[in-house]
Amino acid sequence: MATRQTQLLARALLSPAVILLFIWMIVPLALTVYFSTLHYSLLDPGSESFVGLENFEYFLTDPAFLASLQNTLVLVGSVLLLTIGLGIPLALLLDQPVIGRNIIRLMVIAPFFVMPTVSALVWKNLLMHPVSGLFAWIATSLGMTPIDWFTDAPLLAVIFIVAWQWLPFATLILLTALQSLDEEQKEAAEMDGAGPLSRFIYLTVPHLARPITVVILIETIFLLTVFAEIFVTTGGGPGLQTTNIAFLVYSQALIQFDVGTASAGGLVAVVIANIVAFFLVRIVGRNLEA
Amino acid sequence: MGRITLEGVQKSFGPVHIIKGADLDIPDGAFVVFVGPSGCGKTTLLRLIAGLEDVSGGRILIDGHNVVDVPPAKRGLSMVFQSYALYPHMSVRGNIAFGLKMAGLPKAEINQKVEAAAATLNLTPYLDRKPRELSGGQRQRVAIGRAIVREPKAFLFDEPLSNLDAALRVQMRLEVTRLQKQLGTTAIYVTHDQVEAMTMADKIVVLNAGRIEQYGSPIELYQKPANLFVAGFIGSPKMNFITGPEAAQRGATTIGVRPEHIAVVDDGGEGWSGKVLIAEHLGSDTFLYVDAGALGTLTVRCVGEKRLGAGDAVTLRPEPGRIYRFDNNGLAIFA
Repeated sequence: MATRQTQLLARALLSPAVILLFIWMIVPLALTVYFSTLHYSLLDPGSESFVGLENFEYFLTDPAFLASLQNTLVLVGSVLLLTIGLGIPLALLLDQPVIGRNIIRLMVIAPFFVMPTVSALVWKNLLMHPVSGLFAWIATSLGMTPIDWFTDAPLLAVIFIVAWQWLPFATLILLTALQSLDEEQKEAAEMDGAGPLSRFIYLTVPHLARPITVVILIETIFLLTVFAEIFVTTGGGPGLQTTNIAFLVYSQALIQFDVGTASAGGLVAVVIANIVAFFLVRIVGRNLEA
Repeated sequence: MGRITLEGVQKSFGPVHIIKGADLDIPDGAFVVFVGPSGCGKTTLLRLIAGLEDVSGGRILIDGHNVVDVPPAKRGLSMVFQSYALYPHMSVRGNIAFGLKMAGLPKAEINQKVEAAAATLNLTPYLDRKPRELSGGQRQRVAIGRAIVREPKAFLFDEPLSNLDAALRVQMRLEVTRLQKQLGTTAIYVTHDQVEAMTMADKIVVLNAGRIEQYGSPIELYQKPANLFVAGFIGSPKMNFITGPEAAQRGATTIGVRPEHIAVVDDGGEGWSGKVLIAEHLGSDTFLYVDAGALGTLTVRCVGEKRLGAGDAVTLRPEPGRIYRFDNNGLAIFA
């Protein structure tokens, strides 16, 4: 089928979609690059002027930048730890034959289908609210003082919310991997005298190395850009305690109306994402090689 | 020591009876092959002995001890799986050493035993490779190495050669047999291939639909099949079965004659006349498929190169004393 004719035909038929996607990608990117070199304030329309790299200098030297970079990395790292640390035991449990297994699986996966804004609101108002939240009620019925999550431990609260959303994803990937573990290998290990713990350490964990890598890479992509949860719950505060890079860019553009600096921030975020990706692929990517 | 005795062993999955009461005595050091068609329960029986399945009834004795409630690892058996079931992320050394490591042996002793097992199986140059870097035959040898290194009371083989190509299978067949004789360890080997069974076994267990049809040495099974099933299963090409007047004349419901016990004669004497449908020339043998009228299609094995082709008329004469007779229950009638 790979004649010259079919290749030409394939290219001709593919090109509209590829061209459209390319324009879709390149126009915003080019505009962002362009805006990042302008003095462009929405409060002062018509005053756009070329300022070179001044926006970058302003964004990178802003004390909020380092704080938000740190928050971003802490958020990504903690959520990864939580989702994988809890995802493995959860996947192991779901792999057991129990009655109503399909329904249980569906329920475990459900949080993934809830919109980030909705789940953040549920957590904020129904669970973590210091007066009317479920956690507060539990704390008071045990005679303890309720924690005011979004004041006392705002970043931790955001981490919990995001981890809750991503735990199903990790569990699902790890569960499918567990199901592909060869039954005869488990039996061979059993014949070799390996107990459940040894089988977990010597068979299951190495078998899960690859899916864990997939979870880390995919989650990192999305966790670097967490926004809705922060916007809905803390608004980046108190102070800068829950401001990550994505939220900082938003606040530059739409709170301070500085499009130029926001564009520069967006490009910095792209660079940071690439740096993170580079290290991730170096550290865990070799697990993906066959 | 590795004497394995089954007493009325049964296994059912829900309402389905897989093994319907198996009694068997496997003496120490014997190479016993379970053979039968797909779904006859031979693998299930092996897994029951291994302890990977629980029996629904009966007793399994290893050296006189009932092991029905003993976990697999404590039975002192080792198993070679059809898929080899090597641990993919461990080197060959790690794979072979795993059982010893689990048993908590000191490192030096493990190393020494692994090296010895690897030397026996010509695996020494591959000790630090991963299973995926090995050929099918080498993987098979690693699986066997993993079994022998633990010095078990018996080896259990679950169709270990079925994933290999024909030439390699013949070679591994010899290697496994030689190794078993050299170690003198009891072995139970499951296969659906009756050639493997005939060539490797000291004793064969023929299974059909969850029952042991016959238990005996390969030659016994060949010469004195207990019933129609065993007669048809053992021997290649398959035995010819003839029913009707020809059988009644000899006082049986069915008579059976092996293809190699039918001669093509042209001396004008008595015989079954027929017409050749197909002649398969293998060089050393010629297989003739002959339409013998009321007797049906008969397979005839002639030694050497017979100059016969489709459409030729032939006279067939069964070797006297090599005609097996079966009653209407399919059981052999021994005169």
